[in-house]
Amino acid sequence: MNTIRSLLARREALLVLACLILLVAITARFPAFSTPRNLAGVFNDTSILIMMALGQSAVILTKSIDLSVAANVALTGMTVAMLNHLAPGLPLVVLILVALAMGMLLGAINGFLVWWLDIPAIVVTLGTMTIFRGLAFVLSGGAWVNAHEMSRPFLELPRTVLLGLPVLSWAGLLAIVLAALLFTRTGLGRAFYATGGNAVAAVYAGIDIGKTRFLAFVLSGTVAGLCGYLWVSRYAVAYVDVASGFELDTIAACVIGGVSTIGGVGTVGGVVLGALFLGIIKNALPVIGISPFWQMAISGAIIITAVVINARGERVKGRIILRRKELPL
Amino acid sequence: MTAMLSTDTPTTEPILRMTGISKTFPGVKALSDVALDLRPGHVTALIGENGAGKSTLVKILTGIYQPDGGSIQIDGREVTLPTAEAAQDLGITAIHQETVLFDELTVAENIYIGHAPRNRYGLIDWAAMHARAAAILHGIDAPISTRARLKDLSIAQRHLVAIARALSIDARIVIMDEPTAALSYKEVEELFLIIDRLKKAGKAILFISHKFEEVWQICEYFAVFRDGRQVGAGRLDEVSHNDLVKLMVGRDVTQAFPKLDAEIGEVVLKVDGYCHPTEFDQVSLELRRGEILGLYGLVGAGRSEVCQALFGVTRPSAGSVTLNGRPIAVRSPSDAIDAGIVYVPEERGRHGAITAMSIVANISLPSLKVTSRRNFLRMAEEFALARQYAERLDLRAASLSQPVGTLSGGNQQKVVIGKWLATLPKVIILDEPTKGIDIGSKAAVHAFMSQLAVEGLAVIMVSSEIPEILGMSDRVIVMREGRMAGLFERQGLTPEALVRAATGNKEAAA
Repeated sequence: MNTIRSLLARREALLVLACLILLVAITARFPAFSTPRNLAGVFNDTSILIMMALGQSAVILTKSIDLSVAANVALTGMTVAMLNHLAPGLPLVVLILVALAMGMLLGAINGFLVWWLDIPAIVVTLGTMTIFRGLAFVLSGGAWVNAHEMSRPFLELPRTVLLGLPVLSWAGLLAIVLAALLFTRTGLGRAFYATGGNAVAAVYAGIDIGKTRFLAFVLSGTVAGLCGYLWVSRYAVAYVDVASGFELDTIAACVIGGVSTIGGVGTVGGVVLGALFLGIIKNALPVIGISPFWQMAISGAIIITAVVINARGERVKGRIILRRKELPL
Repeated sequence: MTAMLSTDTPTTEPILRMTGISKTFPGVKALSDVALDLRPGHVTALIGENGAGKSTLVKILTGIYQPDGGSIQIDGREVTLPTAEAAQDLGITAIHQETVLFDELTVAENIYIGHAPRNRYGLIDWAAMHARAAAILHGIDAPISTRARLKDLSIAQRHLVAIARALSIDARIVIMDEPTAALSYKEVEELFLIIDRLKKAGKAILFISHKFEEVWQICEYFAVFRDGRQVGAGRLDEVSHNDLVKLMVGRDVTQAFPKLDAEIGEVVLKVDGYCHPTEFDQVSLELRRGEILGLYGLVGAGRSEVCQALFGVTRPSAGSVTLNGRPIAVRSPSDAIDAGIVYVPEERGRHGAITAMSIVANISLPSLKVTSRRNFLRMAEEFALARQYAERLDLRAASLSQPVGTLSGGNQQKVVIGKWLATLPKVIILDEPTKGIDIGSKAAVHAFMSQLAVEGLAVIMVSSEIPEILGMSDRVIVMREGRMAGLFERQGLTPEALVRAATGNKEAAA
């Protein structure tokens, strides 16, 4: 009956199950890992990944990809850190607005190139990834901005505890709620799915697919910009190689969460669970004493497994399309 | 059905003999019990309407589809064609409507891809490859450099490369699927010279074309397909144009079409002097309330292109469009939907439904402006809209949240039609509305179309199926090569008149 939908539903159930099994296995050896306090810590640790994976998923839904998000984090993070260092009196609100606006601008550059020049997203963002990272170097001259050069409010905001959770975790939760609303309750969200699901049909239904992709990139960039501030503040340091390779983590979270790399399929719940699954592994492996190199190999194996599962889900769909194409037209 | 088999024994034994070939796709019987003979040194014309099963047969011959039953013999020996490679090894090659070549490769590489000559180290012997390619091209009088990139060649030159490729694998059976569709008059003449040369070289050629003059010019034998059956075959010199047209159209045209008498009202849509730089020229039409206007023509006659321009997908270069007496400028599909013109495209999979999305989301997609409030979607409204049209169209689905990809072809078509009706249009354009769907769904779509006209919608129906055109249209416009080739009233319209106008076949006027 409801094959694709139930597959997706199963994907989310599968991920919840996988996370639980992981937790049980880890707890068997290190009971302290599963205390509410530590789990909240894991969530807090994963918040940035959740936010950026949600931004990334909007782009992937439209059948594009944004490789520049981590470089965006580095450039925006460096910019606000240097602003904070040079003008300690500047209110934090201004810095956050700067981070949002700058991230939005960088995303808009990607979106504009994809929309107007009709260049494939992977090429555009591969280029801007290098440019953004390079600009971070030019801006800082390769120098670091360290904790003692940052103001207290700048450093403390993400850690401030409100109603039992740090602000960083609240930001993650807020992002989840907003993304869920955007994806399922707005015309733009519907346009993301339609553009990636069948671009031609979307055009025929009166959707401007170029504009839709542009807005997806703007969204992804804006989120990355905000995360630029959160990142340098949380780790209390800004340097050129901040978040190096993190774009792959955001893509991995999407893929593990069941977002189709060919667009049009994916849910907010899946992406969040995909990010949490990666978060648990990243936090647990050092605890059980597995070397960082094994961690990378394990992460990679999980991504491949997820891709294989996704491909199987898509094959069900593919077969139907094939059958239709085989009609003697 | 009357089979017109040749009575005298042919002088040459066929190289290829297909008998009892059947092929079924889910819901459609594409070929049933079809026979075909190809003789060395002769050209056999394969004639039939769109959807008659010609392409399916070609795909079986080239190893892409496997027949469900029947036998294929080459030189009297039973063969199977499990893969495209196997077909090629047996000397069968096809030159398609749109030739399958590689733009970025050189002419020689295109000719020899897959079977390039090797040197003693197993590496490609480039010198030999270019020399042999040049020899083949010289043999067909094609002055093309073997080092030129394919993308720099004209369409005619690409065809020559495709033919050279066919010769390079030492093919004995050459299938040409509408090879002249994209060629100018002069290029066609050149192609025919090549076909003559291939004939003299003893190749057996299967020539698929809609154009009767060409068939008479170069073919000796014919086979006519209709609805997946072979309804006639034999020597061309024993039949007339009219015999072929009758065989091709064949059916009892008075078959039941549920056409209701709608009250024809005032002119809704008026198109004047509509032109496009490449696709159509000087098209003018008037469409009235309650009317079904049939648009008939061969594939590539420009019918869909006119409709796509009306819907804002492509831009016309000249001409005016008036809707309810007011001139309108449609710049995008969104404009057309707002004005009240909708277009139900031909290929459901490619243009129509978003298969991964639910039935509800598909139906509401062009109507989101109406169902949402301040940019926020209202699910209840969307469900109500979808339910209304699902009921009206008798859509069979377990749930409206079901992805469209899980529905049958007929039901997918209903979703696509429902989605456009939900926008409450004034003019609805249906492009091949029943192509590739089963008989039951076809009747439902026809009944529904008729109902729409009665309710006062103006309908344009693009169709390549003559019975559908005759059964459903109030008036019919025939297009040929981008121009209007005739305007007919429903009364007294014959299939022969339509085919004559569409093919430009004057001789059959009798």
